[in-house]
Amino acid sequence: MALLELRNVSKIYTLGGEVIRALDDVSLDIDGGEFVSVIGPSGSGKSTLMHILGCLDSPTHGTIQLDGQMIHSASAKQLAHIRNQKIGFVFQFFNLLPKMNVLQNVELPMIYAGISGARRRERAMEMLKMVGLENRARHRPSQLSGGQQQRVAIARGLVNDPRILFADEPTGNLDSHTGEAILELFRELSTKGRTIILVTHDPEIAAVTSRRIEIRDGKIASQVDPRLAGLDRVATAPVAG
Amino acid sequence: MSFWNTIGSGLREIWAYKFRSLLTMLGIILGVSALVAMSALVKGMENGTREALVAAGGLEKIRVEPQYELPAHQRHLLDQAPGLTMEDVYALESGAPLVHQVTPAVEQYRYREPMVATYKGKTVEPFLVMGSWPAVLEINEHVIEHGRMFADLDEEQASSVCVIGTGIRDELFGEPEGDETGVVPIGETIYVNGLPFTIIGMFERYESESAKKEREFRRLNPQPAEAAGPVRSRGWGGNRGGGHFIFRMKNNTILIPLSTMMLKFRGMNGISSTGEAAPVRLSNLNMKISRIEDLEPAIQQVRNVLMMTHKGIEDFTFRTQEDWAEEIQNVIRNARLSGGVIAGICLIVGGIGIMNIMLASISERVREIGIRKSVGATNLDVFVQILVESTVISVLGGIAGIGTSYALVGLIASFTPTDNSPVVTLNAVSIAFAFSVGVGILAGLYPAIRASRLHPIQALRYD
Ligand SMILES: Nc1ncnc2c1ncn2[C@@H]1O[C@H](COP(=O)(O)OP(=O)(O)OP(=O)(O)O)[C@@H](O)[C@H]1O
Ligand SMILES: [Mg+2]
Repeated sequence: MALLELRNVSKIYTLGGEVIRALDDVSLDIDGGEFVSVIGPSGSGKSTLMHILGCLDSPTHGTIQLDGQMIHSASAKQLAHIRNQKIGFVFQFFNLLPKMNVLQNVELPMIYAGISGARRRERAMEMLKMVGLENRARHRPSQLSGGQQQRVAIARGLVNDPRILFADEPTGNLDSHTGEAILELFRELSTKGRTIILVTHDPEIAAVTSRRIEIRDGKIASQVDPRLAGLDRVATAPVAG
Repeated sequence: MSFWNTIGSGLREIWAYKFRSLLTMLGIILGVSALVAMSALVKGMENGTREALVAAGGLEKIRVEPQYELPAHQRHLLDQAPGLTMEDVYALESGAPLVHQVTPAVEQYRYREPMVATYKGKTVEPFLVMGSWPAVLEINEHVIEHGRMFADLDEEQASSVCVIGTGIRDELFGEPEGDETGVVPIGETIYVNGLPFTIIGMFERYESESAKKEREFRRLNPQPAEAAGPVRSRGWGGNRGGGHFIFRMKNNTILIPLSTMMLKFRGMNGISSTGEAAPVRLSNLNMKISRIEDLEPAIQQVRNVLMMTHKGIEDFTFRTQEDWAEEIQNVIRNARLSGGVIAGICLIVGGIGIMNIMLASISERVREIGIRKSVGATNLDVFVQILVESTVISVLGGIAGIGTSYALVGLIASFTPTDNSPVVTLNAVSIAFAFSVGVGILAGLYPAIRASRLHPIQALRYD
């Protein structure tokens, strides 16, 4: 059983009588330890897919299994728990809390996990050390550069040791040099066995990952999947459910 | 998320917007201090009137007074109405076992027909000159501090002796400043309406507890500015150490034996008789019951006896302190109600202020809520966070309000009569505190529900 299994997942918005199929009958398997990029033009449904996979949103149709748990039918409380325990997010705009310092931001997921104060501090410092920001623990996010803020966000995303790390355009707001450093960090995490799903519209960034899923108009247009009969084989049809 | 974390983040949020939070608290501060001050005021009134009630003879006292207005069906019998006489006293002594110490009195009030007491050129119009039996001492809760009460022998001989209150002493013999005992004019002779009376006793100074405290405070901390001021005559109603009407009245009383009153002042208005042979009409009869529960049956008993002696003509009426106590209770209830309404309005306004600020706060923090949800905050976590924030605001407001209420009470105390001086009770403080907590929770409820229902994606996309 794969870590993530999507079967015929659709997300449909109706706006003033107009039906928008942000995701249209998507089926997909992702195994533990994979480094996957989701690529596609603007408005193709990448973020929508990530939100649904990340338990931030529910699909209109279809089933999703994450780590043995059916999440398309889970309650809001269960979804919050899954987000807390099994999922980490890194966003384009960092999404750190401006009134808290770096350490407190990294501690935040552990607060909702009910971990004690001393243990939280210890673990958060550990994560900050990993991203090279242990000497910035008492700074406010606004006192850090964009690349540093994104590192804090990655530290926060990994602090509860999630099964999957989702990153939506994590370099979209950074200059190319800083962006590269962040990508390097992802690659490093991947080699240590972390499952990472990276959303981007930039083919160069997508090239960093072994597996690429291209989305167009809410459908999987093509995949580069090293698992399917050798490296760099292009499968043009969506994976059958 | 643990409770203390939530409180901590609430405090941090409030601290981040100090001035805004303070303004928000103002309503609660006002409401709580109004609540505490109002209840302190009412408590002061209660204390003052309870003391006055005891000074007036307590709830166990029954007083029978003549009634000149007869019931409609008895109007034509007016000229046969006997009024209160000694015959009633004797009849009650034998015929009404539920009451004891039946004491007749003839009273001359200053406001009806003033009498004049003089001593060496100084004069005073006593508020009350009362002729009665020695037992009146107990019934009217009088205490002799100097000398003695007149005895049955004085009553039998109609001696020209009197017992005076300190108010009379102050007027006729001067009120020594700072001297606790003062002049004790026992043995002196004063003239009441021109007739000589020897002072054989003097009451203690009647005053409320708080007036006494204040007087003691002044004695220990004399204020030179006041002492140097001109000494004015304060009359019987002088308000220094006076306080409640009852205390002033008792201090300005001259008490003489009933027989002396009847004999020496016969012919005066209040002691008039219908003819030379007719018995003297009494001003009132005072008696006591042993147990308050007996009040109703005792009154019934007295009524039955008096209906016999008065041949069925109901020319008398009952006065108990209960009526008075009830009236006071009404006044207090009204004061409490209006104070409560004011405090309630303040608290509601304060609550609306908090709700308003919380709504503003969550709409500023939609993104924060989205972020918290994305890292695993449940709806309940968000709900509790907002609720705790609003409760922390109102609890801080409540604490500040309790602080300011002490200042407010001090301010009010400076212009309320001393025997009603406000008292802050622990009870009032805890109720006010509980209200502030309650207002905070109520005010936070709606914003907290709104915040908790935010969809994580919509919240994250918000800017
Ligand atoms: N709440 C919504 N209501 C209606 N339509 C929506 C909503 N959210 C997304 N959409 C639509 O769904 C489609 C996919 O949006 P999505 O954000 O997933 O695109 P994307 O691939 O992430 O684009 P980008 O690269 O610009 O971030 C778009 O057409 C968008 O307009
Ligand atoms: Mg997107």
